[in-house]
This record gives sequence, structure tokens and C-alpha cells, in this order.
Amino acid sequence: MSGIELRAMLEVVLAGGFCGALGFWVVSERLAYAGESLSHGLLPGLVLAALAGAPLLLGAAGGALVAAGLIALAARDARVGPDTGTAVAVTGLVGLGSLLALAPESPQRLQELLFGDPLGATDGDLAAAAALLLAGGAALAALLRPLAATSFDPSGAGALGLSPSLVRLTLLGLMAAAIAIAVQGLGALLVLAVLVAPPVAVRRHVRAPGTAMLAGAAVAAAAGVAGIQLSALVGTAAGASVALVLCAAAGAGVLLPVRR
Amino acid sequence: MTAPSVLAEDLTVGYGGRPVLRAVSFEAGPGQTVCVLGPNGGGKTTLFRALIGELEPMPGRVELSGRPAYVAQTERTRLDFPVTALDVALMGALAHGRWWLPPRRADRATARAALERVGLAAEADVLFGELSGGQRQRALLARALVQDAPVLLLDEPLAGVDPASAQLIDAVFADLRAEGRTLLISSHDVDGARGFDLVLCLNGRQVAFGPPAATLDRATIEATYGRELIVLDQEGAARAVTIHHHEHHDEDR
Repeated sequence: MSGIELRAMLEVVLAGGFCGALGFWVVSERLAYAGESLSHGLLPGLVLAALAGAPLLLGAAGGALVAAGLIALAARDARVGPDTGTAVAVTGLVGLGSLLALAPESPQRLQELLFGDPLGATDGDLAAAAALLLAGGAALAALLRPLAATSFDPSGAGALGLSPSLVRLTLLGLMAAAIAIAVQGLGALLVLAVLVAPPVAVRRHVRAPGTAMLAGAAVAAAAGVAGIQLSALVGTAAGASVALVLCAAAGAGVLLPVRR
Repeated sequence: MTAPSVLAEDLTVGYGGRPVLRAVSFEAGPGQTVCVLGPNGGGKTTLFRALIGELEPMPGRVELSGRPAYVAQTERTRLDFPVTALDVALMGALAHGRWWLPPRRADRATARAALERVGLAAEADVLFGELSGGQRQRALLARALVQDAPVLLLDEPLAGVDPASAQLIDAVFADLRAEGRTLLISSHDVDGARGFDLVLCLNGRQVAFGPPAATLDRATIEATYGRELIVLDQEGAARAVTIHHHEHHDEDR
């Protein structure tokens, strides 16, 4: 196995581990569409960073911020409706990103940004993914009880002295950070798989949120390693292979009988 | 006279600037039970959401002697969320702070005692979604017991509950009242309301407030329930039968 593949696996295990755990709350709070919108909408930021030779993480974070603002603005128009407003804003941003990336003078390859390139993980990428896993993992561990109480019964949680809107905002912030870091490995189009597929795979088989997070992290890490191995074996694109293995795991989790 | 543990003064609340409940003024002291009567969409849940601080008074004010416990209608909770009855009871301990740490041994003991009190000791490790309707209601009541609040707000706790569960829940209510806690319980049961200390009738506004004998006359019940009501005359005393729907989404936001 080459050093490049080892680094790619480390990248998907670190970033995927956190995303797989966070995904349980993304799915519980019905934020999958918000996640998809954010990950697609940050494409212009990613392309601009690539064109300027700036770190992609910076571009992803800035792009996510701008996308979140624009989506919030577009979703507010009651005449259009939040779903449609979001869809228009996001496709507009993807169009803008593609336009920038496909301009004749731009040297960057659009595919890499859309579909990711885990094999290109730099030391900086690995450090960012490790920081995400440590800091984000600690935040999730600390927030376990408030998140569970809020997801289960928001009004009841409010009466307990928690702030459901603050809990949800924190969750959105964690999701934006996870997407900004994981998008470099899996790309703007495929990063959602690592957030949504692991919780779908484990959801029916767990009896506690904590277990769901750990099992989701394990599924994401295992699928990441399997995807990289598969791509090396068959010669397919690494990011897409990881996404496909993740979705296969989700399908298996849905179809497998529940053991009680 | 002791200070009231719940007080609402000229309270108006609603959603998005549109009031759905107007001019509510009432108070209740420690150890008093208040039955909140009203049709679906009449403002019962809205009142509770104002009392827990989820909705801001548009004019008016509310005052409580401490953070209240709130038991929503069970259909508002997530049945597919993976928590056991014990986990739900333990959520009550979040009211005492330390939310970032795992529950303490003492919290677990309190939660188990609360489950015992509501007759769910044997179901502690059963998933909430796998409990019966009455058992779910009792698990939520256990969460309120662990919270140890001076005021309890219960939104139709007996709706759709089996008779055995209803009996257990009633017994717990009697204990809580004896402990000096204030209970606000919303209900459709006009006859049952006669067993409370106070009755608050809502229909988009406050129709009446006071002891059952002074409030539950035919005119008030008709004003409260409007077309949802069938009144059976029975030796002068109005016996009201309300048409009970299980749709509460009109108050949802």
C-alpha cells in the first residue's frame, strides 16, 4: 500500500469519524437538506480559494458562511417558500462555482472540487481533520444530554431550562465545520454521504443516542477505509468510491433485520 | 395569603404577531389544582407555552415561583428517538444544571424512584416508542417528578390513556398537590373539572376563572366550547359532553 493511500485512509477515518457521529443529530433534527444545501452552496468559495492559491479550508469556510446567509435570505420569501428559495439559491451558487472553475484561464480542475480527492490530502488537511475529530468530538460528548432532551421533546427541554434554538444553532455550527473540513476529501457533491449514510445505517439497530454516535463513527471510518481500498483495487475515483460504500452501508442498515 | 406560585396578568399571546389567546388573568397558590378547559385551538397549549417562556407575552406578564415542569401531549414527542423510559426520566435532572456531564448516581436513583412512583419500574429499559400511550404519559410524568418543580403544567395528560394509567396518574397528582405543588392540567373533561380547586375556561380569550361551583354553569360552558359542545340537562345541573378530536396541530407552530 502506498503512502498516499495511507494518508487518504487517515483523512477519511478522522473526518469521517466525526461526521458519522454528528450525522445522527443531523438526521434526527431533519437537517439533511440543510446539509446538502450548505455543502453544494460553498462551491464558489472553494473555487475562489483554489484560484487564489489560498488554503481550501479557508475557501470552504468562507463559502459556507456566504451560502448560509444567502440561503437564509432566499428561504425567507414567503411567496416562494423555503424549499424552493433554498433550491434556487443553491443551484445559483453551484452554477457560479462551475462558471469560475471552468473559465479558460483557471488551472484548477473542477472535478476535484466537486467530487473530492482524498488521495491529495496534505499535512494541513490531516491536521484539520484531527482537530475536528478532537474538538468536535468533545463538543458532541458534552452536548449529548441537551441534544437528546431537545431532539426528543423541544418544549419539554425548554421547560428544563435548555434553549432549543441555541442547541440547534450549535448543531448547525458543528455541521458547517464538519462540511468545510470533510469537503476537501469527498468534494462538494459527495460530502453529504458521510453525514447522512452512517446514521441511516445504524439508526434502527441502536437503543441510545450515544451508541448511535459511536456506531455511526465506526461505520463512516470503516466505509472510508473500504472505499479507498476498493478504489486502489479497481482503479475507480477515491472520493466517489468512499461515497458509494457509505451508501451501500446505509442500504444494508435499512434492509438488515433488527436484533433485539 | 401566601404568594401565588403561578400568576398571569392581562396576558395576550400568539404566533408571529397574531394573538390567539387574549386577556388571561388568573393566579393559583401552592397546593392548588387548576383545570384548564377549552376547545381544540382554544389556547390551552398556547397558555402553557407562554408559562414555560417559549412564547413572549404580547402585552401582559406571567410570573412563576420557579421553573415549571411541562408535560406535553405525547404526540408532540419523538416516538422514533432511541431513549428508554429511564433516559426520559433522567432528562428531568437537566433542570439542576451540569448538563455537560453524565448523570450522577444520585440522579439515576431519583429517576428510578420516579419511575417506581408512576408504576414503570419494570419498564425502565423499554424504549419510549415501544411503551403504550398511558405508559408514555407516565414516563413524561416521571421526568417532571425528577425535575422537582414547584409548578407542573400538564397538557391533556389523561387523553387517550388506559384506565389503569389514568388511576396511577391521578394518584400521583394527589401526592404532588399534598406536597404543596401547583398543578395546571388541561382537559376536555368538564365533569372531571369539578374535582379541581380552580377552573380556567379558555376559548381564544379567558371565558371564566374561579372555583368550579362558581364557573361551571351552562352559559360559561357554552361560551367556552361553542359548537363543540352537547349539553345534556340533568336535574338542573348542566352535564356537558364535548366532542373530542385528536387534532391539536392548529395551535402548533
